[in-house]
Amino acid sequence: MDKGYKNARVLMSEDEMGKILEKLTEEIYEKNKAEGRLLVVGIKRRGEILAKRIVELLGTKIDVAFGSLDITLYRDDLTSIDKKPIVRKTEIPFNIDDRSLLLVDDVLFTGRTIRAALTELVDLGRPKRVELAVFIDRGERELPICPDFVGKSLEVDKSEMVEVRLHEIDEEECVLIVPR
Amino acid sequence: MCPDSSEIKGLKRKDLLGILELEREEIELILSTAVSFKEILERPIKVVPYLRGKTVAFLFFEPSTRTLNSFSLAARRLSCDSVSVSASSSSVLKGETLLDTAKNLEAMKLNFVVVRHSSPGASHILAKNLTSSVVNAGDGCREHPTQALLDLLTIKEHFGKFDELKVVIVGDIEHSRVARSNIWGMTKLGMDVSICGPPTLIPRDIDKMGVRVYYNLKEAIKGKDIIYVLRIQKERQAAGLFPSTREYIKLYSITEEVLEKYAKKKVVIMHPGPVNRGVELAPSVADGMRSLILPQVTNGVAVRMACFYLLPGGTGEGRGMGQL
Repeated sequence: MDKGYKNARVLMSEDEMGKILEKLTEEIYEKNKAEGRLLVVGIKRRGEILAKRIVELLGTKIDVAFGSLDITLYRDDLTSIDKKPIVRKTEIPFNIDDRSLLLVDDVLFTGRTIRAALTELVDLGRPKRVELAVFIDRGERELPICPDFVGKSLEVDKSEMVEVRLHEIDEEECVLIVPR
Repeated sequence: MCPDSSEIKGLKRKDLLGILELEREEIELILSTAVSFKEILERPIKVVPYLRGKTVAFLFFEPSTRTLNSFSLAARRLSCDSVSVSASSSSVLKGETLLDTAKNLEAMKLNFVVVRHSSPGASHILAKNLTSSVVNAGDGCREHPTQALLDLLTIKEHFGKFDELKVVIVGDIEHSRVARSNIWGMTKLGMDVSICGPPTLIPRDIDKMGVRVYYNLKEAIKGKDIIYVLRIQKERQAAGLFPSTREYIKLYSITEEVLEKYAKKKVVIMHPGPVNRGVELAPSVADGMRSLILPQVTNGVAVRMACFYLLPGGTGEGRGMGQL
């Protein structure tokens, strides 16, 4: 584990995470199987990875397409003048007009990321419907945003951060609670 | 909205005045950011809200089509407002100095100033005196950093790397800010840089910049991956720096024939524009399969968006005339 995570406590193991993601995918499938097709769009970076895993779990059961969204340029908190978050590429290589779209992110907190993602989606087209799947909902919303699919709901003190760590980009796979 | 600290980066400066002072990491950051911005240019709605409510002033004291339009589009794609001042239509004609013009503009609450001026260092003077971020769009024969950055992005896209790529820059090196910025950028990224042109158009101590010098085009292009062709300005001939355009064409023009005979099969041709067709570059080469000239122009918008994104952009409050 990184040095900065000395006081972190592990909330969820890799095994538990796998089970939760399977359950989440099952719910997504049940809701969308009638329509038979779905666009799954993950929010960079960890939402993208989870979205990719959901697409893999859905397999060929329904017709799915995968994309990713970088919401950096739509953030409402870019006040710091000397430091800039890295802008990554939004990759949605298909038309989203009149399609059902599932947004995926790792942790839902204030709701501001989702607000930014919805604004960006509007610039890319007009989906028929947008739903939201989050792996962790930790509450404390600052905007009227509500998820459609939740892996696990938590009550966490505002002074703590919830981090979903994933093999693809982190040293380990787990959910951590980290004091700020 | 809590990105990892590893995901937060920026340029180490308020202004973008030249490639000379940039570190390799900064150049790479600008290029990778520009790659992300290219996606926006492919969207049905080609605009993001990032610079909403911010303003850029374009101060162009020298003629420009490509660069001004490219900067202007880049600003608009980021939702940045702009005002434009050109020497022929402004109070410059009434004798206002560059600094006074800029100060007055900044008093109108600007965040960015993009300047092109015939005097080397003009952008430095502005940068020192303004709180806005200043971007050099060409200062005399010194630097044209965003041109070099868009060239580097084009190279990165085509070859996927910089290390050990061999480039020769052909033409009027002495008077070329494009050549200077590119030589600094290319050498910083590990490319092998040569130059070629008539001796009168090669600066005297150019080898100090770490380049090889050729006077013979046929030798110069041998084994190179990139031939970067500079525009030949007719004024230079009037100044007696080369005998005639005809002679220049004979010795230095890049034609299909010369390429077939002496260049690598996979060589690519670059040019900062505007092209003097039939002078430094044969029309069939400019429009041919080897040409990267139009991708260069597309990349110009993305690179300039990246610069606007990565620079702090001032507070828009100005500093007032008192501190002049």
